[in-house]
Amino acid sequence: MNILVFVKRVPDTESRIRIQHETRTIAQDGLNFVISPYDEYAVEEALRLKEAKGGTVRVVAVGRDEAAAVLRKCLAMGADEAVLVKDDAPETYDGLRTARIIARAVERKLGGADLLLFGKQSVGADNSQVPAMVAELLGLPQATVVTKLETDGVSATALREIEGGFEKVALTLPAVVTAQKGLNEPRYETLKGIMAAKKKPVPVITLEELGLGPDDLRSAVEIVGLDVPAARQAGRVLQGDPAETARELARLLRHEAKVI
Amino acid sequence: MIAAYLEIRDGKIKKSSLEVLSEARRRAGEMGLETAAVLVGASVAGLAPSAFALGAAKVYAVENPALADYSSQAYAVALAGFAAAAKPAVLFFAATAMGKDLAPRVAARLGAGLASDCTKVAVKDGALEFTRPIYAGKAFLTLRLKTAPQLATLRPNVFPLGEAAVASGETVRMDAVLPDGAVKGRVAEVLKEESAEIDVTEAEVVVSGGRGLKGPEAFALLRDLAAVFPRSAVGASRSAVDSGWIGHQHQVGQTGKTVSPQLYVAVGISGAIQHLAGMSSSKVIVALNKDPEAPILKVADYGIVGDLFEVVPKLTEELKKVLND
Ligand SMILES: Cc1cc2nc3c(=O)[nH]c(=O)nc-3n(C[C@H](O)[C@H](O)[C@H](O)COP(=O)(O)OP(=O)(O)OC[C@H]3O[C@@H](n4cnc5c(N)ncnc54)[C@H](O)[C@@H]3O)c2cc1C
Ligand SMILES: Nc1ncnc2c1ncn2[C@@H]1O[C@H](COP(=O)(O)O)[C@@H](O)[C@H]1O
Repeated sequence: MNILVFVKRVPDTESRIRIQHETRTIAQDGLNFVISPYDEYAVEEALRLKEAKGGTVRVVAVGRDEAAAVLRKCLAMGADEAVLVKDDAPETYDGLRTARIIARAVERKLGGADLLLFGKQSVGADNSQVPAMVAELLGLPQATVVTKLETDGVSATALREIEGGFEKVALTLPAVVTAQKGLNEPRYETLKGIMAAKKKPVPVITLEELGLGPDDLRSAVEIVGLDVPAARQAGRVLQGDPAETARELARLLRHEAKVI
Repeated sequence: MIAAYLEIRDGKIKKSSLEVLSEARRRAGEMGLETAAVLVGASVAGLAPSAFALGAAKVYAVENPALADYSSQAYAVALAGFAAAAKPAVLFFAATAMGKDLAPRVAARLGAGLASDCTKVAVKDGALEFTRPIYAGKAFLTLRLKTAPQLATLRPNVFPLGEAAVASGETVRMDAVLPDGAVKGRVAEVLKEESAEIDVTEAEVVVSGGRGLKGPEAFALLRDLAAVFPRSAVGASRSAVDSGWIGHQHQVGQTGKTVSPQLYVAVGISGAIQHLAGMSSSKVIVALNKDPEAPILKVADYGIVGDLFEVVPKLTEELKKVLND
């Protein structure tokens, strides 16, 4: 099976987010960047499918040169090839723009695949947009937020999380699948893998090569505000006899907070 | 026109969709636009009265026997067909499992931008402004959409239900045209969890447990506490999930679910930044921890410092008493 995995470089989940108000952007200095955690599940799933059925795993990132670091991590995990689609735009929070770039890259440069794997959402933008948009632009079926995937290379069955249960989605390949936590446990890179990854080339595709002009790349999103939430004030802390504190809390919830 | 897509599960319109319709009506009122609702399925026009009751002037029933089972591909075709014919200025979805699966497909089909998982929609200088959490709630982005129609998914439990209104309106039936062979994926089966529990994202009260519970058994205490409230669910920290004490669909946080219940009760949870990311938009937060320095107490509206094994059963009792008053 030939599998494409799309991975994004994002600030790690520990990051303290600071805002540059003049430019309405997130301050980049001091952030530690990683592969978006859900994308790691997608890479792991691709590697397992390859190990079971043969084929190739190619990883693709859209972003600045710095995104090559997350591609190298994927190579070190065992991916066969990595491609960087170079896009110097700062975070647009516009899934459609990214989806157009990815769909065009698949059509013109990447030569298609049996399976296109994504994370269920990119940490940061938290959009959950790009994969389903790519699926629509390419006319492919999809299963999003998947915790179990089975495939014979022609069709696939995916379990996707819904409220209070799961949906079993039947797909004809090629298809788009997005990874949710629980799909697998990602492996660590081995030292050997890291050394080998250093030697592998990471070819770069430009947006011009994809034939994308300003009209295709214009963001649908205009950012008019970016703020940090008002800090939650620490409230009242009760201490002492368990029965007393429980009674007091029940009273406060009803008469002061009025939530029950 | 501002239209709300109404999701149907088990033959009923979901509560989160009714919230979305209520918000559509409020914003449409402010902008002088009509409010509409859209239903998609094999035979759905019969559900129109629930939408009229919340103020929809028109209900579009987009029907085709092939839409009996959910398929993101087929439903996107149906909704894009509706948009092409009815030309709504704005189309809202609930940010549910289905809404998040479907809205981006519809957006791509229409070549339109999408605002995901919004927690606020406002009208400013005649234009809609969407506010949504990013970086798991560490920042809030406010945006306008420059493409038409404007599409947004709205976070469940955040937008209040509207008052019941005139209970009649116009039902417009539309046949969905699905090109032959174009639909290559669909839901084959829906598997419900054995328990009739509702999902943490839909609950009005969430009681979550962490490593402090020391094992799966203590989750029974939390279930008892949650059961005091009608629309409640049990959540968990990642540590509890990774220890195998409870299924990962209960995980709240950056790599779990984002919840915004009326009341969030964190029991034996320290309050790591990734956990806070998933629950800090809750209306009222209660934390129970034996450590007075636990970070969760710094964000809680009410904290109890004590041993959960002693306090939780007492709290269950006291809450029952108060609710029976
Ligand atoms: C990429 C990434 C993603 C993550 N995503 C998530 C996520 O989505 N959700 C999430 O929750 N975490 C997430 N984490 C993990 C997070 O960093 C913390 O490790 C985790 O939240 C800690 O869980 P906890 O609070 O249950 O455990 P602990 O931090 O061990 O806290 C246990 C608490 O229980 C209290 N306690 C112990 N015994 C008792 C008792 N008898 N009575 C009362 N209190 C007691 C202790 O005082 C302590 O405060 C993520 C981490 C990473 C790196
Ligand atoms: N710039 C990007 N490069 C590669 N893949 C991306 C990019 N942005 C998003 N994706 C993929 O789409 C998924 C969902 O992203 P999002 O729609 O931003 O939440 C991510 O988990 C990635 O798999």
